[in-house]
Amino acid sequence: MSEEVLTLRGVVKEFDGKTILDGIDLTIRQGEVAVIIGPSGCGKSTLLRCINALEPIREGEILLQGEPIRAGAKNLPSLRQKIGMVFQSYDLYPHMTVMENITLSPRKVQKRDRREVEREAAELLARVGLSDKAESYPRQLSGGQKQRVAIVRMLIMQPEILLFDEVTAALDPEMVREVLDVMLELAHQGRTMLIVTHEMAFAQAIAHRIIFMDDGRIVEEGTPGQFFTKPQTKRAQEFLDRFRFDT
Amino acid sequence: MNPEIIGQYLPLYGEAAILTVELGFLGVLFSAVVGLFCAAVLYLRVPILRQIVWIYIELSRNTPLLIQLFFIYYGLPKVGIRTTPAVCGVAGLTFLGGSYMAEAFRSGLEAVPKIQEESALSLGMTKAQAIRLVILPQAFSVSVPALVANVIFLLKETSVFSAVSLMDLMFTAKNLIGLYYDTTEALFLLVVFYLIILLPVGVLGTVLEKRVRYAGFGS
Repeated sequence: MSEEVLTLRGVVKEFDGKTILDGIDLTIRQGEVAVIIGPSGCGKSTLLRCINALEPIREGEILLQGEPIRAGAKNLPSLRQKIGMVFQSYDLYPHMTVMENITLSPRKVQKRDRREVEREAAELLARVGLSDKAESYPRQLSGGQKQRVAIVRMLIMQPEILLFDEVTAALDPEMVREVLDVMLELAHQGRTMLIVTHEMAFAQAIAHRIIFMDDGRIVEEGTPGQFFTKPQTKRAQEFLDRFRFDT
Repeated sequence: MNPEIIGQYLPLYGEAAILTVELGFLGVLFSAVVGLFCAAVLYLRVPILRQIVWIYIELSRNTPLLIQLFFIYYGLPKVGIRTTPAVCGVAGLTFLGGSYMAEAFRSGLEAVPKIQEESALSLGMTKAQAIRLVILPQAFSVSVPALVANVIFLLKETSVFSAVSLMDLMFTAKNLIGLYYDTTEALFLLVVFYLIILLPVGVLGTVLEKRVRYAGFGS
């Protein structure tokens, strides 16, 4: 078995007295691609936000390569560099060009050399098919292009694990594919990924493991083959039925 | 209108204009510093300081500058704090302007979506870096129209300085009218000089607004 990159033990998250995450245990190993699916409000996005300590947790622990991640801790900025996160709404910095968006953190946080970072940024932009957009501003890009820039901006930090929070949910249908293709390529490179998505066909294609969440708990886990053809629990069965049209 | 009188008055107005611009500039500058500080306190929800800032803002916005100047010039010496008219003018303008600037900066800060900060944090920045590199530049671009309006407002407010015997434009005009009764010429020059000072500010403001107008057009 390869090394554990991310470990969650008994994670409980409450918000305004409501339990959002109700004891989550989860281990992600080096090179694994895990996809979390589940109905809206089941806590899957909150889970990703907790892993990045954007939300404090009430109980349990979250370990990145054995190091605890705690909201408010001093070493949080350096731990976060190892966790790449892409949000649903891209959230590029609107006052900066694509190149500035990508190079800001490597230069200011990692203190890397400007020219070296810009060279790497240009290579990554070429990989996602956006070489000609380096000097564009976010407002000049389509949703799919912005999301690919957001992925590059996260990759250049050389993270150990990549978190994707419904990254295609805000996109027009014809732009979904270009973003998913980038993610498939990352999976083929052997990156460790934890993905929250509503794209069932994509989940089936990319995942080594499907994690089904409902009501703040992990209800079922399995390979895509198992999960999509023979789900073990009634709740998973009901959830999957909602995506079928042949009945 | 008598051109000869206008010619005689011009140097006096010139001197007064320089004083108005100098004190006005200092007042605006300090107002911006106070405003930025207060906006930061409100935005970061600093306990205790937040309440103090709130009281200051309400006090400052809801009292006229004239009264604030009287308080500083005639009131403070009673508790042993003596100021020159110039210091009093700048201090009064700062006391008034600080709250207006604070509100302008605060509205800009609050217009920046929370997720911009989260996005920066997730890329390894400290909160201070996120604010300096990501939040403030965007907040500033939202604030610019309000800031420019405040600068113009504060420069116009300098016309109350004459009340604490500062020889600004208003003082000069009133003085000359009192001495020679050339009301038309004196008031005409007063209007002209205020325009000379304020029109470029307005134009510069418009240029600045156009240059920083990137926020609010989608990220």
